[in-house]
Amino acid sequence: MTLLTEKRAPRPQPETRKIRGKVHLREHLMGWLFVGPFGIVFLAFLIAPLAYALYLSLFQKKLIGGTSFVLFDNYVKAFTDPSFLSGVWFVIRFSLVSIPLQILIALALALILDAVTTAFARFSRLMIFLPYAIPTVIGAVMWGFLYSKGFGPLTDIFGLFGATAPDFLSSDLIFYGLLNVVTWQWAGYYMIILYAALQGVDPTLYEAARMDGAGRWQIATRIKIPLIAPALILILVFSLIGTLQFFNEPQILRYLAAGAIGSDFTPNMYAYQQAFSLANFNYGSAISFALGGVVFICVYAFLFFTRKRRSFL
Amino acid sequence: MTDHTSVRAGARRPQRYLPMQILLGFLVIYFLVPFWWVIVNSSKDAPGLFGGGNTLWFTDQIDYLGNLRQLFTYDGGIYLRWMLNSTLYAIAGGVGATVLAVMAGYGFAKYRFAARRFSFAVVLGALMVPATALVIPTFILFSRLGLTNTVWAVILPSLLNPFGVYLMHVYARDAVPDELLDAARVDGAGELRTFFQIALPLMRPAVVTVLLLSAVASWNNYFLPLAMLSDNRLFPVTVGLGLWQGIASANNAGTTSLWSLIILGSLVSVIPLIIAFFSLQRHWRGGLSVGGLR
Repeated sequence: MTLLTEKRAPRPQPETRKIRGKVHLREHLMGWLFVGPFGIVFLAFLIAPLAYALYLSLFQKKLIGGTSFVLFDNYVKAFTDPSFLSGVWFVIRFSLVSIPLQILIALALALILDAVTTAFARFSRLMIFLPYAIPTVIGAVMWGFLYSKGFGPLTDIFGLFGATAPDFLSSDLIFYGLLNVVTWQWAGYYMIILYAALQGVDPTLYEAARMDGAGRWQIATRIKIPLIAPALILILVFSLIGTLQFFNEPQILRYLAAGAIGSDFTPNMYAYQQAFSLANFNYGSAISFALGGVVFICVYAFLFFTRKRRSFL
Repeated sequence: MTDHTSVRAGARRPQRYLPMQILLGFLVIYFLVPFWWVIVNSSKDAPGLFGGGNTLWFTDQIDYLGNLRQLFTYDGGIYLRWMLNSTLYAIAGGVGATVLAVMAGYGFAKYRFAARRFSFAVVLGALMVPATALVIPTFILFSRLGLTNTVWAVILPSLLNPFGVYLMHVYARDAVPDELLDAARVDGAGELRTFFQIALPLMRPAVVTVLLLSAVASWNNYFLPLAMLSDNRLFPVTVGLGLWQGIASANNAGTTSLWSLIILGSLVSVIPLIIAFFSLQRHWRGGLSVGGLR
């Protein structure tokens, strides 16, 4: 753009033009020098694999006749495959419940921690954030123990009241079992982001609102929440992308909840199974790509409905 | 809210709403229960673990040392190897990704080069690409190059951190004034010297944040190493413990000792990151607010 406008500008003195051209060339060069190394990694580990996955997904490997070009057959197969569709349906359902729950808890905690300024509140902030430092795999292993009949405290606790403990690893309750693991893992992280955004708000705004007779509740809902809306949108988008790709927790709890979690429980698990257990890389790639399409549509729909498209992307 | 407390806290008077603090207390208990369970149960031997009794309290036998010895000697000390692998992947992936993200974020923020807007839009779009969707094609490409089942298969893809670039871009744009850079240039400093001596110190909170986030992402990674590695001596601790969990669940009867190893192994594996987070707290908190502000 800059190059074009320069050509059309009235011709300046030869010397100055030469200097300006040099400065611009230098700026282009330096810009690309700084961005270049990342650019190479970006091309090698994002663009190239994506293009290759797209390419792979257009082929099918048959026992007789080898690999053949089938265009969109794999996608037609995926979107009529009950395993893929039930996985997609599960992650969408799970997103609709788990994301609002996590964000609500995180928002409430951030507002409390922003208002309460005792040493205990500071301690709580760190403790609630702690699970973020735990690998999701380890978090799932830990909760798996707590849920299990043999080692878990649930049997004892419910036994005190003469009740039978709920089995969060059964197919009826696995949804809630996973919901709990995910909330435990991520609510603290979202809380920290929202808390940091709240700390960035100018406190004189609260003073002004208080002068006008606003209560604590009104300050929270009318001033604090609207001001941190961009941070809320950001974490909503990231949790949506993450939840639609759900893999680690169900994959780990699979061993303990054999009946409740099958190998096609989420689309990512299904893609993993197709590619690495069945060596069906073409169909696995098609599933990954189809999942990417689902993610894109969901994120775009979300950003469209919140009318905040310009603030983030 | 007595007088002396408000003096101690300086300008802002400490706010202590008791009901909210009680609510916080309950939530803290919820968030700490799994840690407590793991701490308690890694002190037990196999009979204590399987003998019933209170699962949330210690038995008479507290044997951390014996369990630790077992953990670090089992299968020729494979657990220590997994921890070292995780450390290697986290440091190599974290530092590499951070260097690239800091340079790119600064470049996008401070230079008006050709195709800048377009490139940045592509990077932002990449935030939406499911990371796991890249694993299958990357695996095939790497297997063509003979890179699968090597440490490079885990480290190289971890160098990609588009969110880090986004975060650094926002931070560099706001925290590094153009006037300051121009002043340095007028004084005769080259572009690289301006970057290292003027811009980099100003960007430090964001650099620490990106470093921590990338290292955590590498340390926590499960899908990528699970797909790439088949030699269990190259596993990071996440994949290793997942492997043990699978073995222990498959034949519950014969592998009672493995369960206690998994419990203690989970506890030991989370200690390094907890230490890193707490000791670097002051740095990353300043950086985290940036990502949410725009």
